Amino acid sequence: MKSKEIISKLPYQEPFLYVKTIDEVSETSIKGSYTFKASSWFYKGHFKNNPITPGVILTECAAQIGLASFGIYLLSQEKDVNLEQVKLAMTSTHVEFLKPVLPGDKVIVEAEKMYFRFSKLKSSVKMYDLSGDLVLQGELAGVILP
Amino acid sequence: MTAEVIQERLKPIVKPYVNNQENFNNLSLKSNFIQDLEINSANLVDIVLDVEDEFDIRIENNDMEKMTNVEATVEVIQNLLAKK
Repeated sequence: MKSKEIISKLPYQEPFLYVKTIDEVSETSIKGSYTFKASSWFYKGHFKNNPITPGVILTECAAQIGLASFGIYLLSQEKDVNLEQVKLAMTSTHVEFLKPVLPGDKVIVEAEKMYFRFSKLKSSVKMYDLSGDLVLQGELAGVILP
Repeated sequence: MTAEVIQERLKPIVKPYVNNQENFNNLSLKSNFIQDLEINSANLVDIVLDVEDEFDIRIENNDMEKMTNVEATVEVIQNLLAKK
């Protein structure tokens, strides 16, 4: 399954799509990226006159790559699966934030599969900025059904 | 392995996911994971995976679906151990 194909199956759209590229994907891991547009809706309020990407949005970006995109790829490896209407629910997030992400910054998300059983995908995720510094790390889990 | 032994080994596996401590302290065979122990249904998967490791067994979908309370879980474990 190709990068563009995975993104086309994601159940998100603007202004809540936080995946730009999927660069590598396998049975065990995925790597993707996103660039936060300076015009994004949340910068006006977070914070007043001091725009910083909210942690919940970073978590969402990590989950859209490390759970949703990864889950769609893993499902696509099973036979006779229809991926036109994938259903998703995030079930837990354990993350820490190490460095602020500013408007216009690009981030790279790398996720490794901890397990994918009984429709639940749990991944360990790391997000880096372009300096190679870790900005987020943790564990995310969600349920994904075709 | 007796049901009592299995139940004792099950307790520390379930504990980290319990949200109703009082019902966990009064755990019985009839204790339901979701209704009584108030465990997030998504965490039942973690419990099942931990049970696999603890008892060195493999649990499939049909058995997973049965594991809604302590009694049914002990029974599934006992059956799988007997098949080993």
